[in-house]
Amino acid sequence: MIDFGTDEWAKAFMEQINRSEAYAEAAKTWEGDFYFIIESEEHYPEPLHVYVDLWHGVCREAFAAADPSVKDPIFRMSGPLENWRRVIDKTLDPLQGLLTRQFKLQGDMVKIMRAVKAAQELVNCTALVPTKFPE
Amino acid sequence: MWYFDTPMIAFGEGALAHLKETEGRRAFVVSDENVAGLGFVETVQEYLSRAGLESECFLSVEPDPSLDTVRRGARALMAYEPDWVVGLGGGSCLDAAKAMWVLYERPDLEPEAINPLEPLGLRQKARLITIPTTAGTGAEVTWMIVLTDADDDRKLGLGSRENLADIAIVDPSLSKDMPPRLTADTGLDALTHALEGYAASWANDFSDGLCLKAADLVFRYLPQAYEDGTQGEARERMANAATLAGLGFGNSMAGLAHSMGHALGGVFHTPHGRAVGLFLPYTIEYAAREKPQRYGEIARHLGLSADLESKGAASLVRAMRDLLGRLEQPLTLAEVGIDRESLVERMDKLLDNAANEATTVVHPRIASMDELERLFLCAWDGREVDF
Ligand SMILES: [Zn+2]
Repeated sequence: MIDFGTDEWAKAFMEQINRSEAYAEAAKTWEGDFYFIIESEEHYPEPLHVYVDLWHGVCREAFAAADPSVKDPIFRMSGPLENWRRVIDKTLDPLQGLLTRQFKLQGDMVKIMRAVKAAQELVNCTALVPTKFPE
Repeated sequence: MWYFDTPMIAFGEGALAHLKETEGRRAFVVSDENVAGLGFVETVQEYLSRAGLESECFLSVEPDPSLDTVRRGARALMAYEPDWVVGLGGGSCLDAAKAMWVLYERPDLEPEAINPLEPLGLRQKARLITIPTTAGTGAEVTWMIVLTDADDDRKLGLGSRENLADIAIVDPSLSKDMPPRLTADTGLDALTHALEGYAASWANDFSDGLCLKAADLVFRYLPQAYEDGTQGEARERMANAATLAGLGFGNSMAGLAHSMGHALGGVFHTPHGRAVGLFLPYTIEYAAREKPQRYGEIARHLGLSADLESKGAASLVRAMRDLLGRLEQPLTLAEVGIDRESLVERMDKLLDNAANEATTVVHPRIASMDELERLFLCAWDGREVDF
């Protein structure tokens, strides 16, 4: 099991993305990198930033950024640990999470709303990482 | 968590007179020439004037309104500065009114940027009344806005919960003059909303009852409204069914027949209700092969044979095809007049459009690109979905 939000988790996530034919197909025209941000709370004195660079159906780079200023991605999606956990467990639909402001998204909304299928395949990839959450 | 959104709704024969209660200075009516030709724009303006409001109208909304039309309407709104926007007509007029209103409030936005993820801050300048003159789209009570990007042969699913109308007026006397083909097309859109809204993965306790009631009303009253448009009761129950279905799927989601219908409409300009009604039996067959439960529940509610869930889904598909037959609707894309070569030639575009609709990922069974292509081909010549 891999601790959620760590550098090892980011690398395992990248591996799953690059193994997914469904993601490659759905995201073949996607260009854009992300910070997935786990907000600071009892388990995390500082927010965790997982950087993922997605380009034409592949993940070119992924790591946990100790210093978030190292990258300036075009999208930032942030939410509390509990909500990320529910997305990965597939009990919270990420689009419903965004619509109810359980997640916040910064970036080009037009672009993201046109990539629903790719987003869904990305969530499917997170579910394949054997993830351990803090208790 | 989730939300349930609804405008205040005035419904039933004579509901249009509720406009006399409007408080304000100035209203801007968004409609089209057809609706004006039926005298409804004039009636609406008359009621508004009795309420003490001046009004002006924009009658250039085309079927499948373009981004450009919406920009033009918004400019007219900015010049007139109304405190009410009134959408009057079919889904195209209502969606155009919603989008024009948003741009009037937020001139800094481009229409394609109207999204549900960021606060818009509406109602600083005006509020919205929606008045349907067809019985189908439910656009009077939903916040979704469908616009067409003519340069990209694509329908855009836009909208924000904030751009839901303040007041919806559902008066059956406005839909009684619809010709039979339009009655059938729009009625099938309502049925598709009801069935897809019930089956979608976003369905919830608040939306379920609305979808079931709407489906029941459409099966009972659409054939009568189609065969004899003078049937007052059938017209009234269909008007109610369309709004109930709008509330149902608007607070849940539609499904794959809508993804395919929008994709087809973007490329081949098939009327919305005809397209989604045509695809619905195929997308139900496809989903029911793995997830028949919700369709079985609908079948049971409708009193169709449904002792097993899978049997219920099959009865529902049969009832749907019987209804399409009775309404003399096309059952295949070939019957719509699309030849196979054109379909295959535009397949990549259709698949790309359909895959990226939110309705695709909330369908009970999520289609891969390959399956989507096979569904389009099944719908072309009416083959059973066996995958
Ligand atoms: Zn529809």
